[in-house]
Amino acid sequence: MNNWKMVTLVGEDRPGIVADVTDALYRNGWSLGEASMMRLGGNFTIMMMVAGDGDLEAALAPVAEKLGLRLHVDAISGGLHRHLAPNIQVRVMGADRPGIVARVTGALAKTGFNILELESDVAGTEEAPVYIMTIQGVADATLESLRRAVEGLDEEGMDVSVSPIETLIG
Amino acid sequence: MAVLEILKIPDERLKRVCEPVEAFDGALRAFLADLEETRQAGPAAVGIAAPQVGRLQRIVILDVPARPKSSSHGHLVLINPEILQWDGYELGREGCLSVPDYTGNVIRAERIGLAALDPDGRRCEYEMEGFEARALQHEVDHLDGLLFIDRVVSRRTDLFRRKVYRKGGR
Repeated sequence: MNNWKMVTLVGEDRPGIVADVTDALYRNGWSLGEASMMRLGGNFTIMMMVAGDGDLEAALAPVAEKLGLRLHVDAISGGLHRHLAPNIQVRVMGADRPGIVARVTGALAKTGFNILELESDVAGTEEAPVYIMTIQGVADATLESLRRAVEGLDEEGMDVSVSPIETLIG
Repeated sequence: MAVLEILKIPDERLKRVCEPVEAFDGALRAFLADLEETRQAGPAAVGIAAPQVGRLQRIVILDVPARPKSSSHGHLVLINPEILQWDGYELGREGCLSVPDYTGNVIRAERIGLAALDPDGRRCEYEMEGFEARALQHEVDHLDGLLFIDRVVSRRTDLFRRKVYRKGGR
């Protein structure tokens, strides 16, 4: 199947968003591929691959309007079964301040590290926020060279750990 | 000797609880040879369980390569294996011959104590840790009709959120 589209929907969180959106897709003959849906800062965010024929925006417009979601659709060239298995996990924790993500990911990017997934959150309190980030990715570089790439960041108050991910097949 | 067909989800036979082996005979030895050949024929699997080829008996083959930081018993044939004790827990990524093109994070005990019979029916006991303990738990789950996808935790679940490993799961 080559007619995948990437759909983005964002709006204030409330119960029933996924049910209503996927029902609209189903009723209009669209099917779901890989998807990421989560609540971020009180918003509900949906990024999903869908495949089918017809006018996707017209199919989703009524439900998006009803739920107050912003809708965006892109044609994409990708498809299913293109997973890369992560072999490196990076955890970062530190007092929240500007530039943490840029510093860490910049150091990793220089080694050729490819981020497959990044999750970040701010814990702690309003007065003393703590930034927590976990990254899973693929790297050809050795564990030692990845650790060397981020080692200077510890001195800036960031706790950065790089560990291997070994996928068990059984 | 023959390479057997690996059952794939959603085959119902993968959800059955397997029966203990009672006859330690030539038929068992012939099956063990086929099971080992099947394990080696596919992607690099560190273990295989009899129900994965449709034989609903409590038989597991494990072969976890030794590593500098993770001990291993090497190649093991485990009949009627029984986990006697669990200790600690850790998150790790797993995939399965019976679940193509999907991997996920699963919490397993770090160390286990195990009793099993060898191909001649003699009782053996093992202490396992790390990757080998994970592989054994993955395979014993097969004997109880459980797949790693029955235990996958959210990608956002790290060990910050503690979960206790329970026998039988669910």
